[in-house]
Amino acid sequence: MDFSFYFNFPLWVRLPLQGLAVILVLFPLAAACSMAERKISAWMQNRPGPNRTIAPIIAWIPGMGILQRLGIFQLAADGGKFTFKEDPVPGHVNKFYFILAPIIAMIPALTTVAVVPFGAYISSAGQLTPVILADVDVGLLAVFAVSSLGVYSVILAGWASNSKYPFLGSVRASAQLISYELSMTLSVLPVFLWINTPGSHGTLNLFDVVAMQSGVGLRWDSVWFGFTMPVSAFIFLVALFAETNRQPFDMPESEADLVGGFHTEYGAFKWSLFFVAEYCHMIVGSGVFVLLFLGGWNPLPGLPLHLLAGWLHLAGTPLLMGALGIAIFLGKVAAFIFFFMWVRWTLPRFRYDQVMNIGWKKLLPLAIANLIFYALAIALIQK
Amino acid sequence: MAVIPVSRQPLTLLERTYLPQIAGGLKTTLKHFFSPKDTMEYPEERPAIPAGYRGVPTLVFDPHGREKCVSCQLCEFVCPPKAIRITPGAITPDDPAAHVEKRPQEFEIDMLRCIYCGLCQEVCPEEAIFLQTQYSTTGHTRADFVNNKQKLYELGGTLPDAHFKWDKKKAAEEGGNAH
Repeated sequence: MDFSFYFNFPLWVRLPLQGLAVILVLFPLAAACSMAERKISAWMQNRPGPNRTIAPIIAWIPGMGILQRLGIFQLAADGGKFTFKEDPVPGHVNKFYFILAPIIAMIPALTTVAVVPFGAYISSAGQLTPVILADVDVGLLAVFAVSSLGVYSVILAGWASNSKYPFLGSVRASAQLISYELSMTLSVLPVFLWINTPGSHGTLNLFDVVAMQSGVGLRWDSVWFGFTMPVSAFIFLVALFAETNRQPFDMPESEADLVGGFHTEYGAFKWSLFFVAEYCHMIVGSGVFVLLFLGGWNPLPGLPLHLLAGWLHLAGTPLLMGALGIAIFLGKVAAFIFFFMWVRWTLPRFRYDQVMNIGWKKLLPLAIANLIFYALAIALIQK
Repeated sequence: MAVIPVSRQPLTLLERTYLPQIAGGLKTTLKHFFSPKDTMEYPEERPAIPAGYRGVPTLVFDPHGREKCVSCQLCEFVCPPKAIRITPGAITPDDPAAHVEKRPQEFEIDMLRCIYCGLCQEVCPEEAIFLQTQYSTTGHTRADFVNNKQKLYELGGTLPDAHFKWDKKKAAEEGGNAH
């Protein structure tokens, strides 16, 4: 197949098309996560979960029963419900910011994915090239910068709702995000200290992080960073739970004490936007974790993607090799999303003071100690 | 009252990280994830009805196909929520059951009123009304919830009879004994 006609399009046509393609995958994926959440929570509670919904016409197709049991069509029913039900705006809210908040929630959620590579292929020049929307050097910094903008939507929603529970929820959310952002950033520094070897071209690019975990066989650079830097991975993981407002850190929502937290006053489509944004953050966050600590699209430590593609004779076809890389990457992300949900349906919520204690008194000192340890170790190894 | 002093141990370092407890919890939920599900998928699966269950009151036939109710109206009188309404009717002389006193012309039980107390079954001298295993009553209008005679016999069916009292009475009369 020849795709050269596509590359002859001007950049302003190609980039929106690619961006649209990614969003068209990410958005349904985030929606599918809500279904997965319902099914996983059900199975963990010894229930079958939603398994009845099916459209009458589809029910005639044989084999659809399995999809029905898995609740696939419930997804469409949920989506239809959120789209078409009445979308009230309470009288006491600040209308402009009230409507703006869910839109702002979506923007960072869908933007961060631009700098996250999902796979790699061997280009015609024989070079390993990332499958990515914007291959920029700031990489991870852009993810952190944009994803932390997500808290603005929570603050706006809580404030514009003009009601005490949403307000408390958004105040908690902002405090929590600031507290855990520090540990998160400090926890990834050892990774970048390691990949920016002396004399090399400085980078924060996530593709370069994976390239440093792509060694073949029993070599130092074939070990994933999750194994060499377990404490970093652990701190990043905990902070990721806090940043995506997942249990046991879902302070902004806390149904038990804050009704619904920042989205108490929201309903229908606007509420579902918050919901999808949360799952988008989870997917992108899991993706970043996989890239940083679990070898990205490499199937196994010591068995990088280009080796596997070579064995399967896919290395010559960029399209297939890219698809293979994306499949492996998405598989890891899916496993990670499952872990998110597994934890959510296992643990109770931390109390707010416990969240602050863990963030400031435990995680932050641990992250600093971890950074100092790895800075010294890396200085000794790479001198 | 004996007082048992309980010493509260301070948490160990490992316990204060929460991690062993979290791992234990994850193990438990994973076990349930793969365990068989407890849900009964209702319309396809039905619960086992225990003996002595008091379901919807029904009217029954005896094994000879005779309707047992003689419309004595005791159930109508005893019914605490007044859910039963009986219109008594005569039995024509050429009927095979002509030796029986009466039969209901119409028999209605309003299931929106019925409290499933079972007093009708208890009071019935003819063993004609029974609360059986039917537990689900549905309808779109109030009228749908009123079980008429035909519906009551459909629900009730035929139950065994230990006495055949009217046949015995007829045989005794024919043998010259009034009782």
